[in-house]
Amino acid sequence: MLDNWLYIGLFIIVALFIPAVAVFLPRLIAPRKPNAIKQETYECGIETVGDAWVQFKVQYYIFALVFLVFDIELVFLFPWAVAFDKLPLFAVMEGVLFITILLVGLLYVWRKGALEWA
Amino acid sequence: MGDPINLISQWFTNLLLGWGLAENLVIVISLAIGAAIVATLGMITVIALIWVERKIAGRLQDRLGPNRAGPYGLLQPFADMIKIFTKEITTPDGADKVAFNIAPVLAMASVLLIWAVIPFAATVVGTNINVGVLYIVAVGSFGVIAVLMAGWSSNNKFALLGAFRAVAQMVSYEVPMVIALLVPVLLARSMGMNDIVAAQTPWFIILAPLAALIFLITSMAEVGRAPFDLIEAESEIVAGFHTEYSGMGFGMFYVSEFLHVWTIGALIATFFLGGWSGPGAENLPILGILYFYIKTFIGYFVITWIRLSLPRVRIDQLLAFNWKFLTPLALVVLIVTAIVDKSLEMVGVERWAYALIMLAANLLIGWATVLILKAIEPARARQRVEFEPRPVAVAPKPTDN
Repeated sequence: MLDNWLYIGLFIIVALFIPAVAVFLPRLIAPRKPNAIKQETYECGIETVGDAWVQFKVQYYIFALVFLVFDIELVFLFPWAVAFDKLPLFAVMEGVLFITILLVGLLYVWRKGALEWA
Repeated sequence: MGDPINLISQWFTNLLLGWGLAENLVIVISLAIGAAIVATLGMITVIALIWVERKIAGRLQDRLGPNRAGPYGLLQPFADMIKIFTKEITTPDGADKVAFNIAPVLAMASVLLIWAVIPFAATVVGTNINVGVLYIVAVGSFGVIAVLMAGWSSNNKFALLGAFRAVAQMVSYEVPMVIALLVPVLLARSMGMNDIVAAQTPWFIILAPLAALIFLITSMAEVGRAPFDLIEAESEIVAGFHTEYSGMGFGMFYVSEFLHVWTIGALIATFFLGGWSGPGAENLPILGILYFYIKTFIGYFVITWIRLSLPRVRIDQLLAFNWKFLTPLALVVLIVTAIVDKSLEMVGVERWAYALIMLAANLLIGWATVLILKAIEPARARQRVEFEPRPVAVAPKPTDN
């Protein structure tokens, strides 16, 4: 069992190493001639106006919030699905109730208008 | 003799032990080599995929695709690689240099990491951890972070817009994707990838076709390819989050997208198409790898086909489709699967009857969904726009001079 996680740990190192080498290699073999025009922010040739880090639409934030609630609640369902064989009918029904509460939560968010873009 | 890969690994371990190395060190070395082989296999797959994808795109768009470099254009990806390796990497003024340079590495790593748990054959699997599905979901989220980092650190309005869209899109579509993944976990009673493959009698695409469909759609949105390529919509926001990247920085995003599509194909094959299983695959791992690659290619081809056939959706349509259609549908599928599975287990039916009832339940949900959709939005009568027949060329009126 520990071997499995050792493999994952080694794999993380390898998976970071390969693309890191690929990104680093051009620094050795590619030309490097920076100049002021080349380093400018690219906006289709028009001169940049103002700061890039602007205010953004609040909907992005709301969608991220809704996602957070759902994702955390879904993690609870994984043990329930894995132990499905050993669960009595009561526990299964409880899981179904949990998912139904999720659905009602989705309906609430929907009615509140949090899912509208405009 | 049917298992050459494990034979080689055993021979290698014994060789190292024979040299008098400590046993723990031998384990670390052989695991590291295994990881390097799997990761390298991923990169080699991408080289092949670039050619395959361009050939498919060419044929579907009624042209030839690459056919100049080498026979059938087979050397095209190598030519591209040499070109992209010798391109200058520029970092724009005002960019957050650390985040800007780490983002492409992270994007590639997030996809490669999934390969650690994919079972290629009965015995050929990186590692068979018992929380494989959870691991895939967790690791897949790194991609979102990479896109966000790239978009935010570029100091470019278009890149930032792309990053915002990425948050809204990739994060939203993760919800139905995780629910759809719960269905095979529930049917197999395990989160281990190899257990899920072993439990597939019959394939889960028959037991849970709706979950398979939801997984296909949502994972396409996760990759960010057409029709869900809003995060790099070239006609709206230049190139989205990777506008400022050049050379290999862009190359890594490009390669990670290709590999991600193939990985999604592999996940569909593992979760719904029976993975490596097939006639004779139990004893001959080589055969299992072959089956696995064929099934993966099917998933890969479907995604590519959809990509080349459909136009891009609008962001409000995209999010409404996810939150108002896919998420409720996925939750209902999960509830129905759980109830039907438990009641059939309590009644105690044969496996074929179980499969039939599961399939019927899924078809019923699909039918009900279509009915509800029709009730909500009455079918618009197909409008027939009448055009005045216009002659192609009008003869000039004779003028009398």
